[in-house]
Amino acid sequence: MKKEDIPQDQSALTGVTRDVCYVKDKDGKYTTDLSIGWQVKKQALDNAWEDIHERVKEALEKVRRNEVSPIVYFMELKLMDIPLLSSYTGFWRWTIKRHFKPSVFNTLSDKKLMIYAKAFDISINDLKNFKE
Amino acid sequence: MKSSYQHIQTAHCENGVATGLLKYHGLDFMTEPLMFGIGSGIFYIHIPFLMVNGGPAVSYRSMPGWIFSRTSKALGIKVKRKKFSNEKDAYEYLNHQIEKGNPVGCQVGVFNLPYFPSEYRFHFNAHNIVVFGKENGHYLVSDPVMETFTTLTEADMEKVRFAKGPLAPKGHVYFPEHIKPVSKEQIQKAILKGIKRTSFEMLHLPGPIVGVSGINYTARQMRKWRDALGQRKAGLFMGQIVRMQEEIGTGGGGFRFIYAAFLEQAYEYIPNEKFLVLSDEFTKIGDMWREAAITMGRIFKGRLNEQKDFLQSADMLDEIAALEKAAFKALNKIK
Repeated sequence: MKKEDIPQDQSALTGVTRDVCYVKDKDGKYTTDLSIGWQVKKQALDNAWEDIHERVKEALEKVRRNEVSPIVYFMELKLMDIPLLSSYTGFWRWTIKRHFKPSVFNTLSDKKLMIYAKAFDISINDLKNFKE
Repeated sequence: MKSSYQHIQTAHCENGVATGLLKYHGLDFMTEPLMFGIGSGIFYIHIPFLMVNGGPAVSYRSMPGWIFSRTSKALGIKVKRKKFSNEKDAYEYLNHQIEKGNPVGCQVGVFNLPYFPSEYRFHFNAHNIVVFGKENGHYLVSDPVMETFTTLTEADMEKVRFAKGPLAPKGHVYFPEHIKPVSKEQIQKAILKGIKRTSFEMLHLPGPIVGVSGINYTARQMRKWRDALGQRKAGLFMGQIVRMQEEIGTGGGGFRFIYAAFLEQAYEYIPNEKFLVLSDEFTKIGDMWREAAITMGRIFKGRLNEQKDFLQSADMLDEIAALEKAAFKALNKIK
């Protein structure tokens, strides 16, 4: 890539930092320069977020219909999956799956809810009185 | 407490931390391309059946930490590494190093890194920063992807050092030890060793999923995605490839340009014209990776995609793989 070809497209980086790019200067020697973003990368990232937002929305609707517990919603919101939630909480994967059931979730002790709240970086009240 | 560590910004975080630390200890010749080339940063693997963030698991880099370890070893330097089973020990060890005025590399997760743009904060645990001081309860941080110094609170530092999940950092701290002056002969030897190792890994590791043949493997999978997964999922898969390929720190095109710069610098130590020829070749290959990313980008731009775009992207990867094979073979012959 030549120095003058560095893409400068607005992106999530704008205002926070810029990417270092290795490029050829006009004498054909390597040098570095900064890029504020590249359309192709931005599109890929936006795409990934669109998918995440959709999953969060789906989870929210399921919680509202009382099909799953709020744990599912917060897991999606915090970009986690069951294995990751398992390593943050120390619960077995199948235990977490059980906690996804509203009927089981409603019987959970404050101590267990606290562990989830800590993993999600929220208050225990957000889990107990779920309103979103 | 604060050491005189100089911030450097680099294309790849591990290069940046490793280069910065060696420069701090007096090895002024070190540059990001040299670090990356000697440490054999280029790699490729596509792990079948494994999913990362709901997409294919591809990596364009060697294992986290290897670049620094390999380069240091080649130059006769030892890297001291420490991981911890609990937060308290990790906290005390880091503070102790800072009090001694010793800047250290820290492996961190980016999900809770407050100064990162929120769109980039995924559960990715192999990010590297330098911690070089503490003022008013804040750690002074040099993050190689940022343009200037940043800071972290004690609470944030604990969160990012003890992020969980794949490649969990476990408070991982590292720094070079027993640094001696490095001779020109040592650098020449190290350069050749790095090149041989990268060529070997890209050409001769067994199995269809690593090195150049791994790129062909991804191409083969790509041709099947649309039929097997449906338009939407196939589009997301393609997006994941582009993110892995061209995002901060990891890279197809990005890494090839650093490698081309490395070969250009290698020529200054070992005046063999072939280095310059192959540097140009890797520049060309890097441009092709970027073109492939643009073609892939057409797929996830809209919801509607066509099989021919998948085929074209796959063909481009095959073409890149063929060129890389030839280039690494030629590199491997340089004595």
